[in-house]
Amino acid sequence: MFELLGIPPQALFGQVLLGLINGSFYAVLSLGLAVIFGLLNIINFAHGALYMMGAFVSWMLLTYFGIPFWFALVLSPLIVGAFGMVIERTMLRPLHELDHLYSLLLTFGLTLIITGIFQNYYGVSGKPYPIPPILSGGVNLGFMYLPKYRAFIIVMSILVCFSTWFLIEKTRLGAYLRAATENPEMVSAFGINVPLLVTLTYGFGVALAAFAGVLAAPVYSVNPVMGNDLIIVVFAVIVIGGMGSIMGAIIGGFSLGLVEGLTKVFYPEASTTIIFIIMALVLLFKPSGIFGREA
Amino acid sequence: MPENATVHSATALDLKGAEDNARSFRYQLVAFALVAAFILIAPQFLYPVFVMKLLCFALFAAAFNLMLGFGGLLSFGHAAFFGGAGYAAGHAAKIWGLPPEVSIMFAVFVTVLLGAVFGFLAIKSRGIYFAMITLSFAQMVYFYALQSPVTGGEDGLQSIPRNHLFGLIDMSSDENFYWMVATIFALGFLFVYRVIHSPFGEVLKGIRENEPRMISLGYQVQRYKLLTFIISAGVSGLAGGTKAMVFHLASLVDVHWTMSGEVVLMTLIGGMGTIFGPIIGAAVVVTMQNYLANLGSMVLIIQGGVFIICVLTFRKGIVGVIGSWLKVRL
Repeated sequence: MFELLGIPPQALFGQVLLGLINGSFYAVLSLGLAVIFGLLNIINFAHGALYMMGAFVSWMLLTYFGIPFWFALVLSPLIVGAFGMVIERTMLRPLHELDHLYSLLLTFGLTLIITGIFQNYYGVSGKPYPIPPILSGGVNLGFMYLPKYRAFIIVMSILVCFSTWFLIEKTRLGAYLRAATENPEMVSAFGINVPLLVTLTYGFGVALAAFAGVLAAPVYSVNPVMGNDLIIVVFAVIVIGGMGSIMGAIIGGFSLGLVEGLTKVFYPEASTTIIFIIMALVLLFKPSGIFGREA
Repeated sequence: MPENATVHSATALDLKGAEDNARSFRYQLVAFALVAAFILIAPQFLYPVFVMKLLCFALFAAAFNLMLGFGGLLSFGHAAFFGGAGYAAGHAAKIWGLPPEVSIMFAVFVTVLLGAVFGFLAIKSRGIYFAMITLSFAQMVYFYALQSPVTGGEDGLQSIPRNHLFGLIDMSSDENFYWMVATIFALGFLFVYRVIHSPFGEVLKGIRENEPRMISLGYQVQRYKLLTFIISAGVSGLAGGTKAMVFHLASLVDVHWTMSGEVVLMTLIGGMGTIFGPIIGAAVVVTMQNYLANLGSMVLIIQGGVFIICVLTFRKGIVGVIGSWLKVRL
């Protein structure tokens, strides 16, 4: 077998795959954050907690109601998204006119509560979630072994990312949304219910986080702190990609996951910090992020 | 912060004139006297380690409030300085065997350097961007602390000795060490007070109220912000280094982002942009954690609830509300 820079190809491709999977989660999560930030100017600190909630809800659906993965994939984002809409209506709306820092602080408080509640009831140990039978096992590609479920994660997240991008950049609804961020008075003068649009958008962003959570449930153990450190990495990803940029979130998410995976092969010690180092470098040369507009 | 800014500029207008300033100053003297009295008699009826913990957090919150309340800069990464200083002081005391005052000075030195680097990169951004960037930097420090053999990883630095003050006085008893912590708190807090009431502090408030105007007046706004960041980091380091010595322990808890959130909570509860707010806020949070500790994760829920209530309905904080009742700046 050939070797690349002294690294056995098995290990290399393994880490590349792992990087792509992490990248899928980064992309879907930062996409949700970008939708919420780009359209509502809210930094949703609770995003990591809502991702965890998505995973937990799918676990609860299976455990208590016997509802399988495929239905959870739709149901869980709907449930958590609805929860998000309630939050938006009751708590985030009153802060709308104030400095955006207050919504950051509010969602921080929410994170504590959501994490606390799940920890209180389920402890910190992980709950196993089985891989759906049709996706268990894997294929031997000759140069590496590809577990089916992991490939599924990557395909699903690419699909979701592309459809969201299409929805926001290419459809009429997306045009309304973008217009409503620029000039809400004008858009509501055209008879569009802007507050409803805002609520739905927040719900959609939250649903994206929950969707990532459902995808994550079978590969990571479902536990209350699963979103805790992930969310900070995702913040770094959207700073690098450019805050509020849909394209930046998607491309940034996948490529940074990949970079992280490769770092794990060549210099494992730096693998957890490489993204923050890249962030510092990007900030030095282009403070608005790679795909961001000048702030 | 515009909403906050209007509150402050309104009070500033109301309080124009030397007479009102003198009135504020009299009330501030009373508040100082109360704090001093508390520090002097607290060990009589409270567990000294608890009071020391409280003083460390109060100083940390005061340093943080300098940035948020007076500079309008919300850093979400101050745990890096607080916790980082703990490791620095712990390392100096445990591995190098340095006396406590030198260990803590070393921690301040490290955090000032760290603050200079992070600040230099972060101050180019504003508002939420700034918050997220500081948060990310802090997370870098967290991961370093988690992995590096120097910091003891998951275990942290344990049984850090307090050694001898100036190489002479044994600090291992809590009674002795209490007075050192009280002195550090007093000096640190007076320093922050001095900064707020200096011409530098006035410029800082000006930047918070109206940055473009300060730029057009010819102030080097970025330099002021950077210096504020460094001062705040240094004082946070002073607090964090001291805290590690109090508990003989530097651990991951103090560098984790939840600690960055906690200091925001303390400042919010106490009243951001007030002088004594951070002390009250720290007292409330530390007391709450101490007495609710046996409730486990309920603490998180309660803390989160307090956070949300503060943000939704109580944005002035305790001292802010008292101050507006008395029509003075506290």
